[in-house]
This record gives sequence, structure tokens and C-alpha cells, in this order.
Amino acid sequence: MIWAAVLLGSAACYALKALGYVVPERVLDKPVVAQLVGMFPVALLAALLAVVTLADGMAVVVDARVAAVAAAAVALMLRAPFLVVVVVGAATAAVIRALGG
Amino acid sequence: MSGTANPDDTRRGVLIEAATIGLTTGAYGVSFGALSVTSGLSVWQTMALSALMFTGASQFALVSVLAGGGSAVAAVAGSALLGLRNLFYGLRMRQILQPSPALSVPAAQLTIDESTAMALAHYDRPEPRPALAFWSTGLSVFVLWNLGSLIGALGASSIGDPERWGLDAAVPAAFLALLWPQISSRRLLGVAVVSAVIGVALTPVLSPGLPVLCAALVPFFFLRRAS
Repeated sequence: MIWAAVLLGSAACYALKALGYVVPERVLDKPVVAQLVGMFPVALLAALLAVVTLADGMAVVVDARVAAVAAAAVALMLRAPFLVVVVVGAATAAVIRALGG
Repeated sequence: MSGTANPDDTRRGVLIEAATIGLTTGAYGVSFGALSVTSGLSVWQTMALSALMFTGASQFALVSVLAGGGSAVAAVAGSALLGLRNLFYGLRMRQILQPSPALSVPAAQLTIDESTAMALAHYDRPEPRPALAFWSTGLSVFVLWNLGSLIGALGASSIGDPERWGLDAAVPAAFLALLWPQISSRRLLGVAVVSAVIGVALTPVLSPGLPVLCAALVPFFFLRRAS
């Protein structure tokens, strides 16, 4: 039964991924669809960013991650490269936790 | 806003970003592998999920449903629902990458949060490299997510809790860095802010993963009449 769930679930997830690549181009060329498709990833990634920053299971908690994202935002404003932004985020959270925050 | 961020547009810069994202994601692969075997899946079943399903939120959903005594049907439905967001990513990636039919097959499998975010962060730049960003990130995450899953499934999760090294904070920092250059207009800023608020507001009331999916409704409220 577990194998059935693993294989059927994987097939379903692949089918959903692939569906995005087989939608006819003329559908995507419609102005409304084109607008939506351009906005979907921003919407989903922004929500994902907020959730990985603030959610702990189904609870909303403000912890070291918030300070880490704030520090990462400052690094971005200072035009820091990607790797620096990520390290600043991780280090901020690690330091706050080491200090017992 | 666009122009204030400075993603490294060189080939080497893109590859370093892809490797960094693979490493942080791989650390979560260890957590997934450990959770999967403690939920009653075998090492082979765990590895099949990481290689074949290869979309973290759906994988966590599937093993959580099974661990909670849910049916295979419920587990498949849960993982498919969370996998729906990759459909939205696929629509955009297909436009940007325009892969041949043969390349669409692996491109679809690698269409996840991280590869999409990277492709978009490196699109529309002085030196656009969306395809390099997409493929290098997809492959790097695929390899390290699977390696992490194997390590976790084999019981080596004692190498550490991702939180201890601040890795749980590295993930939002990375997504912020990738989202930043994409916010190129007031409208997209509005989409991002409303989506973030909705994701957090729905967190206490919906199962994990669904609040993010609900953000797919936000763009409908930001449509403009054809110009």
C-alpha cells in the first residue's frame, strides 16, 4: 500500500509539473493568461518566503528567522552577492540562538 | 526593487548560487529522509519519493498522511494538491526556457520552487542566464536532496538539526534574494505583499502547504484591462 501511494503520488506530481509544459501556446498568448502566468511565481514564492519565515507547523511564530530575513534584506540593499545574503541570514539566526534568543 | 539587487550575472556566479541552494535544500533532505523512515516507509520507498516525486512539500505531505494512519488515497491526494504549485511554475518556465519536447521531460521534473526562483532571478537582466540558472539549480538540488534523503533515511540524522546552523533561516534568506530582483513594478510588489500576508494569515487554519497554494489566487485581483 505504501508503494502504491509512493508511485501514484509521484506520477500525479510529475503530471502536474508536465502540464505546465504542454498547455498550447495560443492559450498562453492570451493577454489575460499571459498576465497571470507572469504573476503566479511571484505570488507563490512571496507566500512561500513568508511561510518559511514565520510558520512553525500551523503556528505563526516570530523567532530568529525574522531577524535573519531582516538582516538578509539589509545585505540585499547593500548589493551583497547571493552567497553573502544567505550566509548573513544563517549567521544571524545562529548567533541569536547561541545567545539564547 | 529591480536594480538595487546585484545577483552575480557571470556563469560562475550562477553556478555558485545553484550550489548554495543545493546545499541548504540538501540539509532539509536529511530531515525528510529521517521523518520518512520514522513514518514507516522503507529506505527504498523514501528514495523513490525523493527521486520520482522530487517536490519537498508534497513528499512531506505524503509521509505525514501515512504516518497519521491515513489511506493511500488521502496521501496521494495531499501530495498532488501541494504539487499543484509546480504547474503554475511550469507555465512560466516553459515560456522562458522554451525547451524542445525532449528537454521538456527532464525540465518538468526539475520544475520546483528553487529552480523557478533562480530562473526568474536571472531573467530580464543585462546578461540573462535563465536556462543556466534553472538547469544548474534543478540538478544541484536534485543531487543533494536525494543524497540528503539517503543520509537521513539511513539514520544519520544525528549529524545535526538544520536549525542549529541557522539553515532554517538560510532558506528564507535565499528566497528573499531570489525574489528581490523579480519585484520590478508596483504591481508585482503588491502581488508579493498580499501573497505573503495571505500565506501567513492562513497558516493557522489550513494544513501546511495549502496557505502557499492559496496565493495563486492573488494575481487574479491584480489583472489589468488589456492595454
